[in-house]
Amino acid sequence: MRLSKGGRIDRSRAVSFTFDGRALSGHPGDTLASALLASGQKVVGRSFKYHRPRGVFSAGSEEPNALVTLGAGARREPNVRATMQELFDGLEAQSQNCWPSLDWDLLEVNDLFADFLGAGFYYKTFMWPRKAWEWLYEPAIRRAAGLGALSGQPDPEPNEKAFAHCDLLVIGGGPAGLMVALQAGRAGADVILCDEDHEPGGRLLSEVEEIAGAPAMEWVAATLAELEAMDNVRIMIRTTVTGVYDQGTFGALERVGRHMKHRPGPLPLDCFWRIAAKASVLAAGALERPVAFQDNDRPGVMLAGAMRSYLNRYAVAPGDAVTVFGNNDDAHRTARDLLAAGVHVAGLVDSRPGAATDLDLPFYAGAQVTRASGRMGLEAVSIRTPSGEVKLQSDALAVSGGWNPSLHLTCHLNGRPEWSETLAAFLPRPGVVPGMQVAGAATGIFTTAGCLASGAEAAGKALETLGLSVPPLDLPQAGEQGYGVQPLWAVAGNGRAWLDLANDVTVKDVRQAASENFRSVEHMKRYTTQGMAPDQGKISNLGAMAVLADATGRDVAATGITTYRPPYVPVPIAALGAGGKGKGFAPERLTTSHAQSLAMSAPMIEAGLWYRPSYFPRTGEKHWRQSCDREVAHVREAVGVADVSTLGKIDLQGRDAARFLDLVYTNTFSTLKEGRARYGVMLREDGHVMDDGTTARIGPEHFVMTTTTAAAGEVMGHLEFVSQVLVPGWDVRLISVTEQWAQFAVAGPQSRALLEELLGRDLSDAALSFMGTMPIEIGGVEGRLFRISFSGELAYEIAVPARYGESLFTRLVGMAEARGGGAYGMEALNVLRIEKGFLTHAELHGRTTAFDLGLERWMSPSKSFICKAAASRPGLLAEDRERLIGLRPVGASKMIPPGAFLFNEGDEAVRENAQGYVTSSCYSPTLGETIALGFLKSGPERIGEHLRLVDHLREAVTICEVCETCFLDPEGERTRG
Amino acid sequence: MRMTCPLCGARDLREFTFRGAALARPEGDDWNEAWHDYLHLRDNPAGESREYWAHAAGCGAVLLVTRDTRTHEIFAVEQARGAGA
Amino acid sequence: MAEPMLKAQNALPQGEALVLGDTRIDVLPMPRMTSLMPGPGHAALAKALRKHHGLDLPDPGGRVSSDEGECLWFGLGQYMLIGPAPSPLLAGAATLTEQSDAWTSVLLEGPLARQVLARLTPLDLRDASLPLGATARSEIAHMMGSLTRVGSEAFRLMVFRSMAQTLLHELKDTLEAVAARQAL
Ligand SMILES: [Zn+2]
Repeated sequence: MRLSKGGRIDRSRAVSFTFDGRALSGHPGDTLASALLASGQKVVGRSFKYHRPRGVFSAGSEEPNALVTLGAGARREPNVRATMQELFDGLEAQSQNCWPSLDWDLLEVNDLFADFLGAGFYYKTFMWPRKAWEWLYEPAIRRAAGLGALSGQPDPEPNEKAFAHCDLLVIGGGPAGLMVALQAGRAGADVILCDEDHEPGGRLLSEVEEIAGAPAMEWVAATLAELEAMDNVRIMIRTTVTGVYDQGTFGALERVGRHMKHRPGPLPLDCFWRIAAKASVLAAGALERPVAFQDNDRPGVMLAGAMRSYLNRYAVAPGDAVTVFGNNDDAHRTARDLLAAGVHVAGLVDSRPGAATDLDLPFYAGAQVTRASGRMGLEAVSIRTPSGEVKLQSDALAVSGGWNPSLHLTCHLNGRPEWSETLAAFLPRPGVVPGMQVAGAATGIFTTAGCLASGAEAAGKALETLGLSVPPLDLPQAGEQGYGVQPLWAVAGNGRAWLDLANDVTVKDVRQAASENFRSVEHMKRYTTQGMAPDQGKISNLGAMAVLADATGRDVAATGITTYRPPYVPVPIAALGAGGKGKGFAPERLTTSHAQSLAMSAPMIEAGLWYRPSYFPRTGEKHWRQSCDREVAHVREAVGVADVSTLGKIDLQGRDAARFLDLVYTNTFSTLKEGRARYGVMLREDGHVMDDGTTARIGPEHFVMTTTTAAAGEVMGHLEFVSQVLVPGWDVRLISVTEQWAQFAVAGPQSRALLEELLGRDLSDAALSFMGTMPIEIGGVEGRLFRISFSGELAYEIAVPARYGESLFTRLVGMAEARGGGAYGMEALNVLRIEKGFLTHAELHGRTTAFDLGLERWMSPSKSFICKAAASRPGLLAEDRERLIGLRPVGASKMIPPGAFLFNEGDEAVRENAQGYVTSSCYSPTLGETIALGFLKSGPERIGEHLRLVDHLREAVTICEVCETCFLDPEGERTRG
Repeated sequence: MRMTCPLCGARDLREFTFRGAALARPEGDDWNEAWHDYLHLRDNPAGESREYWAHAAGCGAVLLVTRDTRTHEIFAVEQARGAGA
Repeated sequence: MAEPMLKAQNALPQGEALVLGDTRIDVLPMPRMTSLMPGPGHAALAKALRKHHGLDLPDPGGRVSSDEGECLWFGLGQYMLIGPAPSPLLAGAATLTEQSDAWTSVLLEGPLARQVLARLTPLDLRDASLPLGATARSEIAHMMGSLTRVGSEAFRLMVFRSMAQTLLHELKDTLEAVAARQAL
């Protein structure tokens, strides 16, 4: 119920929202959780496994129970923590994990079979028959034990990723964090302060406290005002630092657009930040922990500090009669604040035998709550006092088992926390994250005065490492509250006592795990699933470890704690993958002929990042094969034009350029004459082929290398490595010129005539013979002409500066069409090269050697080259290796799919019998049959043999004949014109 | 992870490409034990490791990086050219 | 005069691409660009550049400009001469490679420029590490690029010509998102 006054809510405005279709209202400043509590909504969800009714348990990102689904349709967002969700007008929330309704959930029947559903249940029960796992058990379990569901539709929301840089990252905007930011800001450091809440202040937002003799929030407001006025301080609210990475890199999730109904279109929902900081201070505060007792999961039971948040920050009375249960002084503050707000306190139960209080209420020292009663909401609390059992009528219960410093981020780089006997908590170990100080409650300092002082001290240390001087400071007066925790993890008794509310793990489950010898915390965790829910056990971990310690006869320090890993809070995949949808997936590289190709209706295909035309359909062509066959015929019979600009082009110059090429290629280039080009093979360090291509010499110390499209980047990286690392003293200067030049293949018997017309000059063999190159000029534009061929025809490649590419392409295509030819695409290009047995990366796939590819004659015996030793390993030269061959179908079936395996005709088609495989195949319109390339054991020695090809995936079985790799014009007469 | 390129300054990991352990490359073109060691018998040190990284999306320099594989601490980053590795 | 045989075509339409408030994206004209690679020892190039173009050779991460043009540090052992046609007399001191067609340049200018770039590049864009006139090779929207701070709120971005459309599209989308956030 809403209190009549107080709180940091704007009572002047009402905010309407719905929960399971019911119209409710709250105020600006509310979270969904506070508004639900204010509306009297006790049950907000059903538990994961047993479908027990659950209520709001915390007031922060650690919430295990109040997970709801927001929105509808493609915008549906499951597992939203109601405690983190700011209320907005028009918010629509649905409860989760219940059917048909929150009040009447059929699967609550699970709760009756709890004895069968304990730790390890899934592992033990659904063992047999094995096949049933996939179609029966798993789907059923997933439906029954579930969280909210995704929409199943593409996510329409925009998200973003961003980088930030600072001197000092302050994590947490409570008293300690604000003090750090203030001191560092005054010292002139570049500061980023991240706070998870939509309003900094930390615990001060929820406590009745004074700083410097005034309400603490006045100090917060004044501090924020000063910080906001500083250019060097950036305050990032709604931002949770989720992970710590090496060299001062942090991940952080900013919830940008989740607090409004109508987001402007491009505004992101979330932003995932990568923050690079020279130093950091973790001031993430502490998380309260509960005590386990029978049915402690009943709606109405919540953490004592959370209850103060609802009371003081949101002006919500958690019930009409409240019991407070704790093992420390802090719990007393909840009772005090309840009384001050006029809420009836049924009793303050303190487990410490000697505890005392000045408060005017029924007080039970040395007492423990043994049971909570009331299925759909708390009705009564049973307590065991030194003088006997008492039952208190209560509809709300505040529980405090003490506080755990939020040290998670100190463990992300392998740091292990250390146990404090005094605080009964793990504390961060200093220095485990380079450059990180820890301040305030995160170090186990639980007084406001202590937090301010600790913040100032941490700021001082950080500023010192940044080389900045520490400004003078008068620490303001603040509260020095007592704590005096005496550990209490689980109250002895029968029945189920919950440790992990989110994953439905009880004290009994942990004890059972221990009895089955899952003694290590990591084993217990995985066996019981404790700590594996979306909340990652923020509230339950230590309690579970303590119960395990007890069950295994060890202390908590020796038992240890499970490893904290990023992310600290759930991060939507959509935020991590922000910007990667649609065109954002990868950069698109477009050739200069792109627009023209689209204008010619060519379907584009991806080749790495490049887009290349598949084929150029003409009127009346209904199938790609018709276009492809025609384009092949153009090249074989007239002239075709193809954009080959995507091939890598590397310019090499320098005194040692020729020598350098001799080193990186298996064959010799130093003997190449100016104006000539040569085919070359390049090996990897392990002796396998990296790439092939032609390299032309265009000056005494000047070469232009061509790589395949696929390996352009790899080859450039390799050459840089060789020149900088292997031969650092050689004078070789490398630069990629791929982007500078647009290059087109002009291929076919009429290519010479076409180019002679274009260039107005003689291109006879005498002027430019096969594998020659020369500078050209087209209407004042300087370019270069190469006489090289990837089609086996008389062919040229003509290069001009990229700005003239589109114009030249259009012109060449027009001229080709006038001669009965035209543009050709990737499909035809592939057919043309297979007909000739030329290689692409289908064959140079990384596991083949020059020997396998029939390129051994390109391995110069007379000079050294990279990996010559590795390439000479006997295993890489064995005759029975799988070596390149040609294939043609000879039986009824003509299918030769790439990827299919080859078997001897009588052999069973199993892996052990495989003789080889197919890498490329096509229908050759020139030969009128299907042809293919592949690899076959001892291949070249088996020409003429018949093999059985089997493609298990496409169910093809084809009898093939092994043939030479070159299907057309093996003498190369056409190429030479 | 961030590395400080001697030419470009501190940069994010995404600009760098791993190029393998920095090992002495054997001489000669004949296959022998030294080549076998170099190519196949790689150490996987827990502790100090010397590696090549290319500042591929940056200045293009190949860097010789000395770092700890356990803590990820980076001891030194220098240009491979001239490092005499 | 007869129609030229080949027409020049830029990768992107020149000029204004998007203006939101005071922040704008403009496609810059294609200047003459020549890569200068001096090889071992930079002294000869420094001297020749000063003599023939009146420009000093910049330090790594630096840019030297004059009315005539600009010399930009462009990576290990590489400089980019932007603007003037290179004097043939530089050839003795460095390898000259024509790069005018290889790059597309876009200017991003205005109060939101830095916030836009924070979403596209991992570079530290603060004054201390990228002062006025500084240049860096880095990733821009996952593309290898060059970024130069040409004004207090103005950045010139360069990526390969083939990726020009991706750059423009990423810049526009990001500016729209940043502007929407600014308007909150
Ligand atoms: Zn660098």
